[in-house]
Amino acid sequence: MSPAPTQHVETVDFIMIYIVAISVVLLLGITAAMIYFVFKYHRKKGHQPVDIHGNLLLEIVWIVIPTLLVLSMFYYGYTGFREIRDVPEDAYIIKVQARMWQWEFNYDNGKKSDTLYVPIGTPIKLELFSQDVNHSLYIPSFRIKEDAIVGRTNYLFFKPEQAGSYDIVCAEYCGLKHSMMYSKVVVLPETQYTAWYNSNAPETLKAGIGN
Amino acid sequence: MMGQTAVAVKADNFYHQSTNKYSGILSWLLTIDHKRIGLMYMVSIIFFFLVGVIVGVLMRLELMAPGKTIVDAQTYNALFTLHGVIMIFLFIIPGLPAIFGNFFLPIQIGARDVAFPRLNLLSYYLYVIGAVLALLSLVLPGGPIDTGWTFYIPYSVRSTTNISLPLLAAFILGFSSILTGLNFITTVHRLRAPGMGFFKMPLFVWATYATAWVQIIATPVVGITILLVIIERLFGVGIFDPALGGDPILFQHMFWIYSHPAVYIMILPAMGVVSEIIPTFSRRTIFGYTAIAMSSLAIAFVGYLVWAHHMFTSGMSDTARWIFSLLTFLVALPSGVKVFNWVATMYKGSIDPQPPFLWVMAFIFLFSIGGLTGLVLGALATDVHVHDTYFVVAHFHFVMFGGTGTIFFAALHYWFPKMFGRMYNVKFARISVATFFIGFMLLYFPKFIMGYMGMPRRYYDYLPQFANLQMISTIGSWILSGTIFFIVGYLLHALFKGPKAPSNPWGGVTLEWHIQSPPIMENFKTIPTITHEPYDFSQLKEMKNA
Repeated sequence: MSPAPTQHVETVDFIMIYIVAISVVLLLGITAAMIYFVFKYHRKKGHQPVDIHGNLLLEIVWIVIPTLLVLSMFYYGYTGFREIRDVPEDAYIIKVQARMWQWEFNYDNGKKSDTLYVPIGTPIKLELFSQDVNHSLYIPSFRIKEDAIVGRTNYLFFKPEQAGSYDIVCAEYCGLKHSMMYSKVVVLPETQYTAWYNSNAPETLKAGIGN
Repeated sequence: MMGQTAVAVKADNFYHQSTNKYSGILSWLLTIDHKRIGLMYMVSIIFFFLVGVIVGVLMRLELMAPGKTIVDAQTYNALFTLHGVIMIFLFIIPGLPAIFGNFFLPIQIGARDVAFPRLNLLSYYLYVIGAVLALLSLVLPGGPIDTGWTFYIPYSVRSTTNISLPLLAAFILGFSSILTGLNFITTVHRLRAPGMGFFKMPLFVWATYATAWVQIIATPVVGITILLVIIERLFGVGIFDPALGGDPILFQHMFWIYSHPAVYIMILPAMGVVSEIIPTFSRRTIFGYTAIAMSSLAIAFVGYLVWAHHMFTSGMSDTARWIFSLLTFLVALPSGVKVFNWVATMYKGSIDPQPPFLWVMAFIFLFSIGGLTGLVLGALATDVHVHDTYFVVAHFHFVMFGGTGTIFFAALHYWFPKMFGRMYNVKFARISVATFFIGFMLLYFPKFIMGYMGMPRRYYDYLPQFANLQMISTIGSWILSGTIFFIVGYLLHALFKGPKAPSNPWGGVTLEWHIQSPPIMENFKTIPTITHEPYDFSQLKEMKNA
């Protein structure tokens, strides 16, 4: 398996496996108990049913243990979430304009692009804006998304660790061509990125990060 | 409509006793009998359910292969909106309370009818008016609504399709729901038979009672929200529309303040039915009666406080996100308590796995998957990834369809002999549970995988890596919808040609099993005095009809 495109992907996948593992144990336990009881206490076997009205200890056990389990899930979910909310001060800001049905990425030298080019190893903060209806910028490979909403400045944060090209999709329903609102995030090595960044950029703003 | 002669078993039952001066169709349309109103709801609701199923199958056909398969994108967008609106507002919210609550809640507490029978009939007609307006909006100029059932602003003020009319329909349907809730609360408080204390009520009554409070308290919020959207569309006031200075996030809050509690309107009555069926077929008392009853109230209460977990990526404050995440995990606990108590009720029982019990077993498995995958959605880091993907679609279909839908069939098979005095083909019923389960898993389980892979919901088209799983899902939809139509077929056949059912075919002990099938008008010749606990099977020896 190739290394994860961002550190955060490993975090999210770990939390997923943690929750699913506990869930599978619970599901199998419940299902096995149910099926076992149906065979063991089948009416054909002629058992006399026993009226058991309840058991306080059991009720406490199956409230307390699940409470501890879900609190641990909450905790992991929260700490994993902080990873993408605590943006370092030196993060590189790219403004994203969403509209029906395309993405436009605006760089600080005035460069516009319909594909998101980013340098590897640099913390990236995307500031999300919308021109018309709600959209949501979703990068499945990075396990992140955030809505773009008119009148608000929402943001997304990631730090790409692997060069490559990853899908960007719109995750908030936005009308006729919602399912065609794709783009790509292309993670480039620093030198290639700088070359792209400086190519055909508006003259007045050419003093970007590359210089 | 249920023909009067078709289901005649005994002359002296409610099919032959009109509450008004009319006979024939008017004796039904103007009836104030809770059982007849329940059956009228049944015909209407099952009709819309089948329409919703057909729309769902059309969606699956479109998604069978990448690119255009049977319809264009605009039609697909209308189809998923229609599927959601029909299934939520016309099937699953009213489903169990309006049909089985109406029919059995009064009987189970030893009452002759609900507290306000005329209001009950009004609720039914509000449902019909709402449904007709929703259908009308499909054929009027402008075209069918394409916003999704969530009607998110700003798209719902931008779209040129018919938005205001279906919103008005939802508004009216809300009043139907509120009046039903009001009726049930008053009925439970005022009309219990002598000796029927709150803690002697069957758990279906407890669950329907908890549901009724949610219906009364939460539904007005969506009423207000819907009116504001209509006003926004007509007059452009600037409440929600950001172009006019409004706040689209305010709309999302108001929408989910109702629509999340509405999830509990959908599931709580189903949980009540499960608590009836398991003791009957295990022939022993329920394990943890008080825990189950109180967990219904806990779900109804905490269920109000989790709405913003639908908005974890909307841009609301990080503080709000973790608070709602924490509350969401807490609401999972009472549901877990119920599942554990249900399984414990099978312990040392005398289990006869008849079709209603088999449906409940399928429910416990499917609903548990639905509930447990909710934990993935409750945790912030994982929700940010799978929010608005097929993972969510799979999750709520497991909860709503695998949960409430499965129990709709369980309730139908459990109470069918009581309601109609006839029995269905048990072998067909057993086969149906199996094929339902297979079709269901094929249809919805691949969506968990696609969701985690990054397949967004409400997509007319998709990337090639999803093609195989989409195909499997579509094959599942054929098996599932085929099973549903098969069930409707053998139940209709049983309605007219089925053998007469005894008045207590399962050996149940709650009050409906003490009276004849079908029941007489006003249910009881003399109101019973309650001396037993609700699931005291020692009564079976005394009951003549057991």
